[in-house]
Amino acid sequence: MFGSLTTPRRVVVTGMGIACPLGVGVAHVWQRMLAGESGIGPISLFDATDLPARIAGEVPSGSRAEGKLDFNEWIPVKDQKKMDRFIQLALVAAAEAVEDSGWVAESEDDKNATGVMIGSGIGGLPTISENSQLVAQGKSRRLSPFFIPSALINLASGHVSIRYGFKGPNHAVVTACATGVHALGDAARLIALGDADVMVAGGAEAAICDIGMAGFCAARALSTGFNDRPTEASRPWDKDRDGFVMGEGAGVMVLEEYEHAKKRGAKIYGEVIGYGMSGDAYHITAPAEGHDGAYRAMKAALKNAGVTPDQIQYVNAHGTSTPMGDDLELEAVEKLFGEAGKGLAMSSTKSAIGHLLGAAGAVEGIFSILAIRDGVAPPTLNLHAPSRESVIDRVALQPQQRSIEVALSNSFGFGGTNASILFRKAP
Amino acid sequence: MSDTAEKVKKIVVEHLGVEEAKVTAEASFIDDLGADSLDTVELVMAFEEAFGVEIPDDAAEKITTVKDAIDYIEAQKAA
Repeated sequence: MFGSLTTPRRVVVTGMGIACPLGVGVAHVWQRMLAGESGIGPISLFDATDLPARIAGEVPSGSRAEGKLDFNEWIPVKDQKKMDRFIQLALVAAAEAVEDSGWVAESEDDKNATGVMIGSGIGGLPTISENSQLVAQGKSRRLSPFFIPSALINLASGHVSIRYGFKGPNHAVVTACATGVHALGDAARLIALGDADVMVAGGAEAAICDIGMAGFCAARALSTGFNDRPTEASRPWDKDRDGFVMGEGAGVMVLEEYEHAKKRGAKIYGEVIGYGMSGDAYHITAPAEGHDGAYRAMKAALKNAGVTPDQIQYVNAHGTSTPMGDDLELEAVEKLFGEAGKGLAMSSTKSAIGHLLGAAGAVEGIFSILAIRDGVAPPTLNLHAPSRESVIDRVALQPQQRSIEVALSNSFGFGGTNASILFRKAP
Repeated sequence: MSDTAEKVKKIVVEHLGVEEAKVTAEASFIDDLGADSLDTVELVMAFEEAFGVEIPDDAAEKITTVKDAIDYIEAQKAA
């Protein structure tokens, strides 16, 4: 199967795009994040009055010029009804990333060598909800012919490929909240193994809708104690945390084979040097004891990269602000890093944007790359009093200037699926 | 132009995102107005909704131009 391949090829990041609760556009979002701003507020996308969790991180509405979201600037109005919100968010982030990379696939060979892998945790939930209501009202014949293609997860990758003519591998990851990292890692592998030279990869999610919020409320996963203080609700590792805050958005990277990027003079943000995965084989929603799965995923990523813990300066944690998960992840990181943990900075950017589910790993991968580029660890907001002490600096409240050569980003999902990815400074 | 024709044209303009001038009676949804097969299914549903008529699938298949739609709807309303 891999007989023709002697050594895996190097993979670099040449483009990035974000739509998240802090806004639209990588530069704008990063600047707000380092300023310690929060994207969490009352839910406006639907009437959440009856729910115990009434806050979320929505992508702010407004013009692109002000770093906000107006789909009409990105997608023809007549096409918008053919795609659920998560696909539209994917198209926005992909447009920024592709534009940023400067990659234009002109020849047939270039098109065939460029693929797309944008996943989602849940896919077109708002669309599914609306259409199932029509069926429940006896109006089955009124279902839009675009219902199914609007809701399918891989249609994010499909639409991006159609828009840009990318005819290489077209794939979509679905691993709940680990989706984003799995998409970046799997896409990097496809390039490393020669299936593509360029991959547009990431995750998109738009589950802030009636059944999405009600469903996570039913699972007792969301923060409910901060409805009157939304910006304080996402507080990873803090003793008063009480669940995650739902976020929405998309993160997309353009990953590229190193020589390919060099040859066309592309700007290189950083390199993907390692990727590791594991399964808990334990419980549908709870992490295993000591977050053993997280430990093994991180360990596998380090092994894959051939680096040791002391070579890593920053970890972007999964850190969702749930009572159980945060400290277990911390425990796993402490176990892996040992003595090297003393020099480590680890933060959770979910403190500012909430949990973007399937998009989380992708936007956090982008934050990890930016942390390396700018030599700064983004802050963990609202971390006033940790529930558990640690030698690891969790970058409470304020960003920290740090020299960062290598960064690790974690994402873990329901079902007991774990993924870690390692980035290094541009070669 | 009849009210029906006006209304049909308006629906076509909205759903297909085309310029009004292009929506002539002879215009074919697929060949001239850039619709695909799913667009035409949705168009027929929009006609049903707007005019309160039912257009069965076998009849819908024969509605390929703006004029086909106007004629079918007017015949239904007259019946």
